[in-house]
Amino acid sequence: MDLKLKIWRQAAQDAPGKFVMYPIQNISSEASFLEMLDILNEQLVAKGEDPVAFDHDCREGICGMCSLFINGKPHGPDAAITTCQLHMRRFNDGDTIVIEPWRAKPFPVIKDLMVDRTAFDEIIQAGGFVSVNTGGVPDANAIPIKKRNADLAMDAASCIGCGACVAACKNASAMLFVSAKVSQFALLPQGKVEAKERVQKMVAKMDDLGFGNCTNTYACEAECPKEISVTNIARMNREFLCAKVS
Amino acid sequence: MKLYSSLTKKYIMSLAGLFLLTFLLVHLTINLLILVDDGRSLFNTVAHFMGTNVFIQTFQWVLFGGFAIHILFGFILQIANWMARPKRYDKKAISETSFFSKFMIHTGIIILVFLGIHLADFFVKKIGGTVPEIHSGDLAGIEDMGILVLEKFKMGGYVLFYVLSLLFLGFHLDHAFQSSFQSLGLNHDKYTPFIKSLSRILAIVITLGYITIPVCIYFFK
Amino acid sequence: MTNLDSKIPEGPLAQKWTNYKAKQNLVNPANKRKIDVIVVGTGLAGGAAAASLGELGFNVKVFCIQDSPRRAHSIAAQGGINAAKNYPNDGDSIYRLFYDTVKGGDYRAREANVYRLAEVSNEIIDQCVAQGVPFAREYGGLLDNRSFGGALVSRTFYARGQTGQQLLLGAYSSLSKEISKGSVKLYTRREMLDLVKVDGRARGIIVRNLVTGELERHAAHAVLIATGGYGNVFFLSTNAMTSNGSAAWRAFKRGALFADPSFVQIHPTCIPVHGDYQSKLTLMSESLRNDGRIWVPKKKEDAEKIQKGELKPTVIAEEDRDYYLERRYPAFGNLVPRDVASRAAKERCDAGHGVGSTGLAVYLDFKDAIKRLGKNVIEARYGNLFQMYEKIVDENPYETPMMIYPAIHYTMGGVWVDYELQSTIPGLFVGGEANFSDHGANRLGASALMQGLSDGYFVLPYTMQNNLADQINVPRFDTNSPEFEKTEKEVQERIDKLFAVKGKKTVDSIHRRLGLIMWDHVGMSRNAEGLKKAIKEIKELRKEFWTDVKVPGEKTGMNVELEKALRLADFLELGELMAMDALDRNESCGGHFREEYQTEEGEAMRDDKNFMFVSAWEYQGDDKEPKLNKEPLVYENIEVKQRNYKTA
Repeated sequence: MDLKLKIWRQAAQDAPGKFVMYPIQNISSEASFLEMLDILNEQLVAKGEDPVAFDHDCREGICGMCSLFINGKPHGPDAAITTCQLHMRRFNDGDTIVIEPWRAKPFPVIKDLMVDRTAFDEIIQAGGFVSVNTGGVPDANAIPIKKRNADLAMDAASCIGCGACVAACKNASAMLFVSAKVSQFALLPQGKVEAKERVQKMVAKMDDLGFGNCTNTYACEAECPKEISVTNIARMNREFLCAKVS
Repeated sequence: MKLYSSLTKKYIMSLAGLFLLTFLLVHLTINLLILVDDGRSLFNTVAHFMGTNVFIQTFQWVLFGGFAIHILFGFILQIANWMARPKRYDKKAISETSFFSKFMIHTGIIILVFLGIHLADFFVKKIGGTVPEIHSGDLAGIEDMGILVLEKFKMGGYVLFYVLSLLFLGFHLDHAFQSSFQSLGLNHDKYTPFIKSLSRILAIVITLGYITIPVCIYFFK
Repeated sequence: MTNLDSKIPEGPLAQKWTNYKAKQNLVNPANKRKIDVIVVGTGLAGGAAAASLGELGFNVKVFCIQDSPRRAHSIAAQGGINAAKNYPNDGDSIYRLFYDTVKGGDYRAREANVYRLAEVSNEIIDQCVAQGVPFAREYGGLLDNRSFGGALVSRTFYARGQTGQQLLLGAYSSLSKEISKGSVKLYTRREMLDLVKVDGRARGIIVRNLVTGELERHAAHAVLIATGGYGNVFFLSTNAMTSNGSAAWRAFKRGALFADPSFVQIHPTCIPVHGDYQSKLTLMSESLRNDGRIWVPKKKEDAEKIQKGELKPTVIAEEDRDYYLERRYPAFGNLVPRDVASRAAKERCDAGHGVGSTGLAVYLDFKDAIKRLGKNVIEARYGNLFQMYEKIVDENPYETPMMIYPAIHYTMGGVWVDYELQSTIPGLFVGGEANFSDHGANRLGASALMQGLSDGYFVLPYTMQNNLADQINVPRFDTNSPEFEKTEKEVQERIDKLFAVKGKKTVDSIHRRLGLIMWDHVGMSRNAEGLKKAIKEIKELRKEFWTDVKVPGEKTGMNVELEKALRLADFLELGELMAMDALDRNESCGGHFREEYQTEEGEAMRDDKNFMFVSAWEYQGDDKEPKLNKEPLVYENIEVKQRNYKTA
C-alpha cells in the first residue's frame, strides 16, 4: 500500500519542530508499524537524510519503550496494544498517517518522536518500592495472599510505563501510572507496611513534576496497552485520603 | 498552588460539588412549590422563611463558600491541566472517553454565567429590597417572590436561556456525581455501576425538574 | 596460555558455596563507601546486582542503554522462574534441579556453579515475594507452580505470561530505592563502547551518551558487565533491537576470554518469519507446550496444500496428523527440552511437512486442551499470549492451531568467568546471559530468570566483595589518566573510521546478510563444510562492511545509524568466532548440533571423551586467529549419560 506520513521532526529538545510529509510506497499489510518506519528510515538514509528518531526496543509489546501518537491516539487505532504490535493491515491504501510524539510538560521531546520519560522513573524512586534489602526475608509461602488480591495486584503490576496514559489524558495526568504502582503494593501484605508513606511521596513527586490533574475522563484506561483499570485510581484516591486523615 | 496536593484539591472539589448538589435538590423542591398555587401563598411563605430564618441566613454563607470553593478550585485545577501540556497535539485526540467529562470547565463556566444572571434577577433584587410586597391576605407585608418569578417566566427569551443553561447543568451533573465518588476513592465492584446510573438519573431529574417550572409557567399559567 | 583457574571452592558439592561464604573476605561498612563499582546493564543480573551492592553500601554507578532501567530485555521473558522449593510435594530438591540443569545443558556446564544456582533458587523466590512481585497464587493463598520443558516436576513460579517483567520490575524497584537513597547513580541512554584497564585490572569504561553523542569516561574499582546475550548476531532473533554483544566483545578484545560462543539456543515456539522487512521475531512462551500439542500433516500432499492456502488445518483428520514429539519422545512428549523440540520441527519442515506460506512452521494445537479443560481455563492460562498471537498473525488460536517455528532466543556462551563470576581480567565481573557459566550447551526453560537473579542478588554481592577487600586503600581513579585518554581515543578512532567509509550500503542491509549466513550455517544444525563457508563469507562481509557501509549524520548528537554500525562491526567479528568454535567442536551437544555427529535416529551424539571441556577463546590481535584454551569439565556428583527424553 502507498501512504502519506505526516511526521513531527524536531532536531533537539530546545529546537523548534515542524511536521514533514513523507510519501511511502509498497508497504506490505503484514509489516508492523515500526517496520514501516524502519523502511522509511532506510530510504531516508539512502538519500542521505537524517532518519526519524523514535523509541523502540523489544518490539513485542512489553518493554514500554515505544510510543507515538498516531492519528489522534497513543499507540495507534487499536485497543490494548503498543505501537510495536500495530500492523499495517489496520490502515488503507492512500491513508495519511499523522505521527506525533507524546505531548506533556514532564515528557520533553528529545528528538523527533522521542520523548524523555525520566519523570516516571523519578516517581518510582520517590516510593514505588517495598523497602526490603536483599536477603533475610521470610519464606515465600509464609504469608498466604488471597488469590483475588494477588490477581488484582498483577493486573496493576502489568503496567509497562510507556506513558500512553499521560499522552491520552487531556490533562496530561499520570494518575493511572502512579495508581497502578500504588495499587499493586497496597493490595499485597508486603507492600501494606509502608503504604501510607508511599502514596504520599509518589503523589507529591507526581505533582512536582508538573503532570495534570485527573478529571476522571478515563482516556487513560481506553488507551492503556495493558488495559489497566481506573479502579486503581480510585484505590489510590482512597489510600491517599486515608493516609492524610489518619 | 502547592498548598494542597492534586488529590486533596480533587477531594475538595468533589465534596464541594456534592454539597452543591444537595442545595440544588432543596432549591428545586422549593421552586416546584410555585406550581402549586401560582406561587402566591405556599411558595412565598417558604421563600419568606428561607429569607428570614436565622439558621438559613447563616447557612447561606456556607453555601456561598461552597460555590466559591468549587469555582475557585475548578479554575485552579483547569489551569494546571492546561499547563501540563504546553504544546498541543496537531491531530485532535480521539480516545474513547466519557463525553461530558471532557467539558466540565465549559459547562461549569456556562453555569457560572447563568448563576450570575440568576442571582442578579432574583437574589440581588431581594437583598436590594426591590421586590414588590404582598398587599393583602395572610401574607401581607412579605415580598412577593412568586410574582417576580412568574413575570420572568412569561418572557420567551428568558425561558429559552433558562432552559438551555439548565441543560448544561445536567451535562455537568451527569459526570459530576459519579466522578466525585471516584475522586473520593469510593468505588466498589457492586456499587459503582449503581452510582453511575444514579448519577445519570439525578442529572435528568434535576434538569427536568427545573425546566418544568418555566415551561409550565410560560405555556399554562 | 592464560591460566584458567575456575576457583571452585574445596569441599563436597553441597558445601562449596557455604564454605566459600564462610571464608570469603568482607569489606567493613565504612570502607564500602570508598569503593566505586560500575554496573553495565539493568536487566535481572545487572539491576539486582546494582541494587544489592548499593544496599551493602558500595558506591554504584549503573548504566543502561534504554531510557529507563525498567526496559531491559529481561522484561520480555514470559514463562517463569525455576526454584527447588518443592511446594507441590512432587519430589523436587536442590539436587534434582541441579541434576536437571546439568543434564539439560548436555553436560557442558560447571557442576559447582550449577549447584550454587540451584541452591540459591529458593532464596530468589522469597526475595521476589518480599519485594511485592505478584506471583500466581492458588485459592488457598499459596504460590502456584507449573511444569516446564526438561523437568519431571512442577517447579516453575510464574506471574501470568509476564514473569520476566514482574521480576525485572521487582529488581527495578529495589534499584529505584537505592537511587533515591543516593547509593546508586543511574546513567540512562548510555552504551558501553570499551573497557579501561589500569595495570591489568578493569578500572573503568568508555560510554557513548546516545542523546548527545559524547563519549564519557567512568572509573571504578571494579566493573560488572551484565549486558545480556549476543543473539542479534542473527539479525532476526527474539532479542530486543538494542540487545547487542559489544560490551562482552570489547571485554574479549581487552583480554577476557570468550567461552563457548557457538552455544546458542533456538527457541521452538516463536511466531514464524513472514517477510524480508521483518525486524524481529516474537516468542510465544514455552509454557504453551504444557497444553498445546505439536503436529504437522502426516501426508506431504496435505502440507503442500496448506502451504498454498488450499487447505485449512482444522479439517485434517486426527489420523492424518503427525504429533511427532509425542511419537518420538513418549516420556516427555511435547515437553522435551528446547533444542530437541527445535530440531524436530526443523527435521519435519525439511522433510516437506511444514505448514504456513513458507513451509517453515509447525502447528501448536489447543483443540484437545480446550475440549478437556474448557476455553476459560485455557484463557486464564494463556489469554495474553493468544491475544498477542492474534495481533501479530491475525488468526484466532482458540479456533485454528497456532503456527510456530524455532528462532534464536538465548546465548549460553559468553564471557568466561570463574566460580566468582570474575573474568580473566581482574576486577571485571560478568553476570547473567553475558557470562557463559550455568547452562552448558542448552538452557532449560525458566532458568534464565533464575540465573540472572541468582548472579545479581546472591552471588555477585558476595564474590565482588571478596575481590574488593584488598582495594580499600586504592584511591578513586582519575579519568584523565593516560589509560582513559588512550582508550577513549581508540573508541573515537573507531567511530571516525566508520564515518570515513562513506559507502553505499545501509547498516541493516549488511546485518541482514550476516544474519542469513549465521542462520544457514551456524544455526540449528551445522556441518564442517557449512561452517567453513560461513567463516569465509563473514570475512568477506566484514571487508565489505568496512569499505562500503554508509553511516549518515553527525558524530555529535543522536545518531542511531552509528550506534547500529558500531554494534554490527562487533557482531561481524563475533559471528566468525561462533563459527570457529562450532567448527572446532566435533560433536553434537545441546544447542550445538553437528550433522556429522548424530545417531541413526537423528539424535545428538556427544563426544565426552574429547569434548568435555569449556572452549575459552583468547584474543590475540586483529590479524591473528584467536587462541583456544580449554577448561576441562569434571563431573563428580552426577553420572554423565546420553540425554534421553524417550523414557523417564
